[in-house]
Amino acid sequence: MKILVSLKRVEHWESKIKLNGDASGIVTDGLTYVINPFDEIALEESVRLKSEHDDVEVVVVSIGSEDATQQLRTGLAFGTDRAILVKTEGPLDPDGAARILQAIAEREEPQMILMGKQAIDDDANQTGQLLAEYLSWPQATFVSKMESLESDEEKAKQPAIEIEDEVAVVVREVDGGLQTAEIDLPAVITVQDRLNVPRYPALPNILKAKKKPFETLTVDDLGLTLEPKVTVLGYESLPERQAGVTVETVDELLEKLRNEAKVL
Amino acid sequence: MSTLLLVAEQFQGKLRKVTMNAIGFGKAAAEAWGLDLHLLLIGEDIGDAAAELAKFGAAKVHVADSSDLEHYNTEAHTQLIAKVAEDIDAKVIAGAATVQGKDLFPRVAGRMGLGMASDIIDYTPEMTFKRPVWAGALIAHVQVETDRKVVTVRGTSFDAAAPGDDESEIVEVDVELDEDAVEKFRHSDLEEVVSERPELTEAGTVVSGGRAMKDAAGVELIEGLADAFGAAMGASRAACDAGLVPNELQVGQTGKVVAPDLYIAVGISGAIQHLAGMKGSKVIVAVNKDPEAPIFQLADYGLVADLFKVVPEMTEKVEKMRKG
Repeated sequence: MKILVSLKRVEHWESKIKLNGDASGIVTDGLTYVINPFDEIALEESVRLKSEHDDVEVVVVSIGSEDATQQLRTGLAFGTDRAILVKTEGPLDPDGAARILQAIAEREEPQMILMGKQAIDDDANQTGQLLAEYLSWPQATFVSKMESLESDEEKAKQPAIEIEDEVAVVVREVDGGLQTAEIDLPAVITVQDRLNVPRYPALPNILKAKKKPFETLTVDDLGLTLEPKVTVLGYESLPERQAGVTVETVDELLEKLRNEAKVL
Repeated sequence: MSTLLLVAEQFQGKLRKVTMNAIGFGKAAAEAWGLDLHLLLIGEDIGDAAAELAKFGAAKVHVADSSDLEHYNTEAHTQLIAKVAEDIDAKVIAGAATVQGKDLFPRVAGRMGLGMASDIIDYTPEMTFKRPVWAGALIAHVQVETDRKVVTVRGTSFDAAAPGDDESEIVEVDVELDEDAVEKFRHSDLEEVVSERPELTEAGTVVSGGRAMKDAAGVELIEGLADAFGAAMGASRAACDAGLVPNELQVGQTGKVVAPDLYIAVGISGAIQHLAGMKGSKVIVAVNKDPEAPIFQLADYGLVADLFKVVPEMTEKVEKMRKG
């Protein structure tokens, strides 16, 4: 079985995001970059599935500048097999990302594509669904698990997605609860943050990752011409909330909530 | 006249409350853009919900009611929405940014070859959209380049529509599905989270607990405080991850986005991803024993204290105040 995992390079989740001078984007100086945390969870799940099942090959793919090499190397250090970087310049909308991943999927013919349910930069939550649509595959989004992240199953690094005979069994976080469902493979599966806790790759694996196959492609190589369907006209920042007052006692707090804020 | 197709959401025959906010958006936006508002409801045994939908002044309410539609299915809904949207020449196809909406609308956009704006908080007369990015650190102003557009709307950013006396025309939708595609995804079970408390995204007051609740006894304390306020209960990601409370309660970038009149964060440090889910609240109270906790930087009222010491006192006093 082959699993494709897509890894987006994003600003670290604790970064202070600031608007740049002409409001066209953010100040990138001093920011650190990581694998999108949801994609990292998808990556972790892929290597757990690889340990659980025989003959699983995991291919990691990223789209963006040469800088994303770093995130793909981390992906390889998790224990995946091969990496593909699709080089693009400038902004890319979810449709463009989905078109590129579609082209990669058509070349690689994986049985499963795993990715985060959203990236923490544009928060769009579209690419996985668009990709599934373009491939005419079913999708399972917001995939999670019943057990908590402090459970024995999690500590034993068991995969949460069950696979048997071309069918995957998944648990999804839906409005109002947890849904269990079956999905025919091949399928696109996007993951929620409670699926697992990703590992820290060990040093020998980081060294090994440098020797693993790494392919670089362009959008032209894939025969694609991309037309954005969504463009960003500009950004604005919201007025920051100011810190209020510190109260010393419960009585003081409740008095202020009643007489000052008038919410009690 | 071109139309705005607003897809309503129901669960077990009852309209989800967020649908009222989505209709609120739909009515105002349809007027601003000179479109007719049409509603669509999909499910099984949804006659009552459809009758309720007919009171919002829409030109038409389309109803796809079939035993094949017992459970939400991405593919089945996509097929039905695309068909109705074509039939009524929908210029805009919209719905609430619930988990279902987030799962569904990109698929609809893909099927119809359209661009989509996710989770919008505002729109302009020129049909451009504003939406939060980087966990709400910035607002992006986006343009959907296709002539027809798909959007999901953030419920807390739009006022709920109120029903009136008018009766919209109800139109039955033929439910003919490509079953092979639909059957590739099969619902087996739903473990429902049932709560006596108000729903998180709709409550006027939300009381949230963090990892500092430690165990079931700590959770009970926070629940007691929520009940004293008549509030919904929320939680931080850390508390959900630890299995202290169901995932349903998570407030944040990846959980629920709330904007109540009063938000009380107890034992929550205030990670960026949590703040993204609650910083639109009108009044924020933070109770935390760490005076350096980032949550204090945006709280209107901060109390530096151990939750196990002050929450019982607070619960008792709030109960008395609300009774008196």
